[in-house]
Order: sequence, then C-alpha cells, then structure tokens
Amino acid sequence: MLTLKLEKRLVPSRSMAYLVPVISFVLALLFGAVLLTLAGANPWRTYQAMLEGAFGTPTQWAAGDFYNLTETLVKAIPLMLCGLGVSIAFRMLFWNIGAEGQLVMGGFAAGGTALWLPQLAPELPGWLYLPLMLVVGMLAGAIWALVPALLKAYLRVNEIITTLMLNYIAILWLQHLYYGPWKDPQGYGFPGTAQFVEAAWLPRLIGRVHWGLIFALVAAFVIWLVLGRTRWGYEIRLIGENVSAARYAGVNIARNIVLVAALSGGLAGLAGMAEVAGISHRLQQGLAVGYGFTAIIVAWLARLNPFGVILVSVLLAALLVGGDQIQIVMRLPASMALVLQGAILFFMLGGNIFTRYRLRLTR
Amino acid sequence: MPEQAPNLVRSPQPAVDMRGIVKRFPGVVACDHVNLTVGAGEIMALLGENGAGKSTLMSVLCGLYRPDAGEIWLYRNGSPQRADIRSPRDAIHLGIGMVHQHFMLVPNQTVAENIILGLERPRFLLNMHQVEREVLDLSRRYRLQVDPSAYIWQLSVGEQQRVEILKLLYRGADVLILDEPTAVLTPQEAEELGRVMRVMAGEGKAVIFITHKLDEVMAFSDRVTVLRDGKNVATLVTAQTTKTELARLMVGREVLFRVERQLVDLSCAATGQTALLSVQNVCAQNDRGLPALRNVSLEVCSGQILGIAGVAGNGQRELAEVVTGLRPVSSGRVLVRGQDLTNQSPARFIQAGVSHVPGDRLGMGLAGNLPVSDNLIMKAYRQPPLSSGPFLVSRAIGQFVQRLIRAFQVATPSPETPVRMLSGGNLQKTILAREITAGQEHDLTLLVAVHPTRGLDVGATEAVQRTLLEQRAQGAGILLISEDLDELLVLSDRIAVMFEGQIVASVDAREADVAQLGLMMAGGRGAHEQEADKDGALC
Repeated sequence: MLTLKLEKRLVPSRSMAYLVPVISFVLALLFGAVLLTLAGANPWRTYQAMLEGAFGTPTQWAAGDFYNLTETLVKAIPLMLCGLGVSIAFRMLFWNIGAEGQLVMGGFAAGGTALWLPQLAPELPGWLYLPLMLVVGMLAGAIWALVPALLKAYLRVNEIITTLMLNYIAILWLQHLYYGPWKDPQGYGFPGTAQFVEAAWLPRLIGRVHWGLIFALVAAFVIWLVLGRTRWGYEIRLIGENVSAARYAGVNIARNIVLVAALSGGLAGLAGMAEVAGISHRLQQGLAVGYGFTAIIVAWLARLNPFGVILVSVLLAALLVGGDQIQIVMRLPASMALVLQGAILFFMLGGNIFTRYRLRLTR
Repeated sequence: MPEQAPNLVRSPQPAVDMRGIVKRFPGVVACDHVNLTVGAGEIMALLGENGAGKSTLMSVLCGLYRPDAGEIWLYRNGSPQRADIRSPRDAIHLGIGMVHQHFMLVPNQTVAENIILGLERPRFLLNMHQVEREVLDLSRRYRLQVDPSAYIWQLSVGEQQRVEILKLLYRGADVLILDEPTAVLTPQEAEELGRVMRVMAGEGKAVIFITHKLDEVMAFSDRVTVLRDGKNVATLVTAQTTKTELARLMVGREVLFRVERQLVDLSCAATGQTALLSVQNVCAQNDRGLPALRNVSLEVCSGQILGIAGVAGNGQRELAEVVTGLRPVSSGRVLVRGQDLTNQSPARFIQAGVSHVPGDRLGMGLAGNLPVSDNLIMKAYRQPPLSSGPFLVSRAIGQFVQRLIRAFQVATPSPETPVRMLSGGNLQKTILAREITAGQEHDLTLLVAVHPTRGLDVGATEAVQRTLLEQRAQGAGILLISEDLDELLVLSDRIAVMFEGQIVASVDAREADVAQLGLMMAGGRGAHEQEADKDGALC
C-alpha cells in the first residue's frame, strides 16, 4: 500500500524557504478562482481589480496619481510597527497578542497629550508636541505590555491570556473616552474628540503617507541591529532557542522578559501614536480595526525577520485595500474579500510546513 | 563467586513465564535471553543497575516492545497459554498492566474519569456515580486511599500513583508491573506502597516491581531477580539472601581497569592546596519541593577530582545546580574561591569562575538550533574582546570561535552549522571548549562535570577523560558527577557516595572497592547510616 509520509527535514530547506511562499500564493489564487467562479464572478477581472485597487494602474501613475499605492502604504505603517513589536517578543517566546491594546493605549496617550496640552501648558512651543506625543505614546504601549510581562516574569502568569484580555480593556476605555468625557462638544453628536491642534499633526510625505513610515523603517533597522549585533540581541535569541541554556549561560530571564515586552509594547504604542497624529488627527472609531491582530500574521509570515515584516506588511495591506476595491468595482459582497484574504493566509501559513518537513511516498 | 542458575527457584503457581526474551536496539542487546517467572500472589523484585535491561524486559511484557526472540506464557485458569502481546491494549486484555515512572493521567479530569479513559465499556450511557462507587470500593479493598471525584491536578505524586494502580485494578489486571515506583515517593509513601503491594499479592495478583534500591528489595519482595547487562544473573528467595550479596550480583565486575595516574594528597589544607569550591551544610529542594540535598558538605581542591557516585535521582543533579547557581539552597553556604555566593544568580557564579559541563547537553548546555559559534561564546560574550559596550565584535568572535574549534578539535563543517547537527562527542567537545576556556580566565579552573562521557563512543570518551586529567594536572579542581563507577575510579582522587540527598560515604579512590561502592549507592549504608540520618534531620 502506498502511503504519504511527512518527514522532518534535517536542515530547513533554503530553496523551499523562497519557493513555498510563491507556490502557496499561486495555489491560494487558484483556490480563490474556483470560489469566485462559483460566486459568478470573473476571477481574472477580480484579481485585476484587487491589484489595481491596491497599487493603482500605469495610467494613473503616468498622470501622477499614486492614491491607491499610498493608501496601501498608509495601512501598512501600523502593521509594520505592530509586526516588528510582535516579532521581537515572539523571538523570545513571549507570546504578546496584545499589540492591538498597546496600539490603542499609545493612541490614547498621544491623543490625550495633543488634546489637553494646549490648555495645561499654553506657552509650550509647538515643535515639542510631536516628540512629547511620541514618547508618551510609546510609554503607554510599553506600560500596557509591562503588566503581563511582570506577571509572567515574577508570577509565571500565562501572557497569552493577559495580553489578549488587556486588548479589550484598552479598546473599551478609549471608546468610553470619545463617546463620553472627551467627546467633541462641537461634534454634532458624532463620537470622537475634537481635532488636535496642527502642531500635533505628523507631517506627511506623499498622499496620506506620514512619518510613521520612517519610524517603521528605522525601527526595523534598529531591531535587526539589536538582534544580530548586540549582547542583548544574543540573549534574546538564546532565550528563544533554549531557556534552560540561557539560564545556564547566566542570562537574567525575568529582566529580559520585561525589557523585550516593553520594547514590543512600545512599538505598538508608536503605531497608535502615528495613526492618531498622522491620519485621524483626533481620537475616534477606526483606531482599533485589528492591526494588532493582523500583526501576528505579519510576524509569522515574515518568519520574525524585521525586514521581512516591512515587506509582508505592504503585501497584507495591499490585500486589505484590494479587498475593499473588489466590493466597489466588482460588486462582490464584503465577505468574498474576506474569503480571499483568508485563503491566501491559509495557504501561505500552511505551506510553511514544507520548509521544515517533506512529503515522502512510501510503500 | 558462584552464580546461581537462572530460575533455580520456581514458584509453585506461576502466573507469567517469560522464556528466553531477546530485545536488540541498534548497537546494544538490551535483553539477552532473559527468563522470568512470577507466581500468582507473589511480589517479585527486578533488580539491576541503570541499563541492565529491567525496563526493557517489562516493556516487552506490557506490549510496548515486541521481543526479537523468546516466548511469553500466561497461566490463566491453571492452564498455560502462549501469549502474543502486540500492544499495551493486548496486554491489558490479558490482564497485564504497568505503572510507568511518568504517570499517564489527564490533569483536568477527575480520578474516576481517568480510570475509565480508553475503556470500551460502558458503550453508550456513562453513569459517573456508579464508576465512582466502583472506584471507591476498589480503593477500600486495596487500601489505595483516593477521592474518585478529585481532579488529578489536586493530587500529590503519591496519590497519582495510586490512581495509576487503581486504573490497572479496575481493568482487572492480574499481573501488575511497577517501574521504580518509589523513585517519586516520600519514605512514608513508599512504606504505604509496600503494604499495598502486599494486599494485592494477598488477592492473588502477581506483582513485579523494578528497582535498584536494595532496602526496598529486602523490605517488600518475596523473590528477587537480578539482571546485569541484559542477562539473568540470579533469582533468589529474598529471605535467603543479603544486601551485600545482592549488591555484588548487581554490580558484578570486581576487576577494574585503572589508568596510570599520579596520586595526590587528599586534604586541601594539609598540602596548602586551595579549596576552589566549598559546600557547607547545604540543604536544597528538588523541582517538586521535596528535599533533594540533606546537609551536604564537600570541598573541591585545586589539582583534584572529586567524584560523586550514586544512582540517578539521589540528589546529584541538584548538587550540580546548587554549585552553579541554578538552584537556590534552603540552608547552608556555597563558597567559590573563598567568596560566599550562596543563592546568588547563575551570572555571579560564572563571573566567579565556575565552569559547568551539564548532564543534559542539548537540554541545557547548548542551544541546538543556534550555530556552533553562538554556542561557543555563551560564557564569554559579556567581556571584551568579544563585546564592546552593548555591541558584539564579530571579528573577535570569529577569531575566538576558530581558536576554540582548532584547540579542542571540534569536528564541524563550519562555525555557522547548527550545533545539533554535530555528533554527541563533538557536542561535548563544544561544551568543554567553552567551559575550559572560560575557566582559563582565572588562575585555577573550577569545573563541575555531570555525566561527561554518557552516551559517547570510546574515542570521544577517551578524549573527554584525557581533557579532564590534563586540566587536573594544570591545577584545576573538578567536581565529577557520574553514574559510571569505572569512570569515577579511573579519574577521581576522592569519591563521595550520594544516597537520598546525603553523602553517605567518602573514600579515597585508591582504596575504593566497587562492590562496597555499589552497596553504598544502593542504600546499604552500614556504619555511616545513623550519623548521616542525624545530619539529614538538620534540614
């Protein structure tokens, strides 16, 4: 009898590491094509619409219109920052799935600063606003991650539960603020705070793409440097590979959990700060739309590589924006876009197994 | 010494008869034509050192392994039947059950739920109350006190063991195998277990328990079968033998191979040698919070190898962890080079110059997926020249790694190869290279080596032993923990024997006698006994 057997590879395959994502992506598109056909849509035209929706068309580019591309980048920025934060925590096997809450707290703290500073310190020069918001936003994200980190480091509380639960506290807290005490009195009843003073607006580069992109690129480079070139990064890698060996080598595990969690939360907090200061210029609905959760997928697809996170974030953002487009252009239901996104992620993540295992036909 | 022929003593009413069982694993014959007969209503002790083939033989009986040769005959209803046991399921159908060292229970389920787990009856409706009543009846009958509705996670290890035994009794097992059942128990619980085994035997069950502790053999068993190197050595009626005889049978070899070795004076102070490590009246607990070290005191002098002999699980691992800062002590002091480091962090111990070759190479000594180079710098990455400020200096690291690979002849395709790809011998060389190099930062190296040659081939073993002796010649002090008595005798200057967390004897290696050491390792303590117990009470 012929049987298929999954065998572990001695060494993770190098060529497969690059081939698998490509093959998975193609298979996912084929699978999606079947579904689209069943739904009565032309798969080719749908994919074209997604692609154009995410990146624009050559005609648009020629006319100097990069709207679609820049919108994709706008969505990619929070994914990059949260993805970087999540991936460094995952490196050390600290399962931070609370990037969403940390992002929200970063946005809350930065937004709060922008809203109340003009009243509290009217003489403060305008150029100080953004640096202050950046620091406060990162600190708030870091503190939100420190709670689970301290609980894990000193009381061995499972961080998966605590980071997840703190998300909802953060989201509801922010909602409470812009529906209640911080609601704009001149807002015609719309939930949301008043607009920030202009000094608190993050400068834009092109379209709505703001400085957050630069923050993300710098953060990726710094994390790459820390992981590969510093003692601290070495300790993080050692803990991630073998906690017992790290302890044996004299690495302080508890301190590293706390530090890495703070960095991880700080980056998510920075994403929140960049969102409110760069895009919405106020606190309102739309800050907590799941970037922090998608960042977990980003981190895995990027195999925790900081530059991989940047690349994957753009691709996933393209998927989000392109998905919106097919609703408009192809008049497909919103759920169809989600199905396509799900299929692509399913194949990409599932395909990963072939880098570490191989299929063998045995008798 | 005349050895008795296997199975000279036969029980009148056999329950199980294993004949000529052979089980080979790549490179070893774990069981070599082993015979074992156990009678109904009898408690049989299966005695032997680690690796003697006891567990393998019992795994064959309970269906985990299939024998390469040999037959198993079962006597049910008086008539012998040849049994074909292909799986644990077959075994339990035939009334054979085993309690493993690692319990197989579901923590989030109750005792009763665990007991019926995997059973085919009842087929449809499950009356939990009835099951609980049945379990309660069984537990009363066999004096296995446990609450059937309690969750496993609420139970102590001893209680969990009772659940495992109840599981077998509930399935109607007539032959019960217990694999080192007392290893996880407190002395009181062990005594209680002895009474339970007696009750089970009284009900006509055949009870086999695997052990290497002589006291238990004497206290609990009717007969004892001794295995050594996978072969039958003897089967004796317990009442007609002594601990001394059993120890000799178990350890066996009386002629020993000794390499040439300069003999050094034993006391640190007398010769003006420095005490590199000094452990003073240390008590410590194991992972489960039970006492693992009881009032242990020892000194490792420069230019000396202090060997620690003992059967696994008698506190050796905890001792190694205590003197490297990996385990806190509950009382007593640990001094390194005269500096009190009691309950300091592992980093402080490394800083003070304690090199450590751990027993679990890939579990603790190395990070398997990281390259050889990352593994070689584990102890040196904090200081210049390998690091400068917060940064690692890759050029210095490259040179350092190349130097170590060459000096210790680590056979690796490249420094970037994941270390787990290397052979056992090269894994150990990698660790030794790192630890000895770290020791060279100090005038005299202090090395704690745990099972340094376990699992290595002859060539690698020799290389490791030679390295240890070279270090000793250069003035290093070495604490050598090993289960291999031959190795201890070849390398050590002094040998201390650990039993149940105490040092029950310390002898000059020149005068050590294997049979005597074996007896002490197995808990036959003689003159030291009372004194040691008194010391242990201090914890």
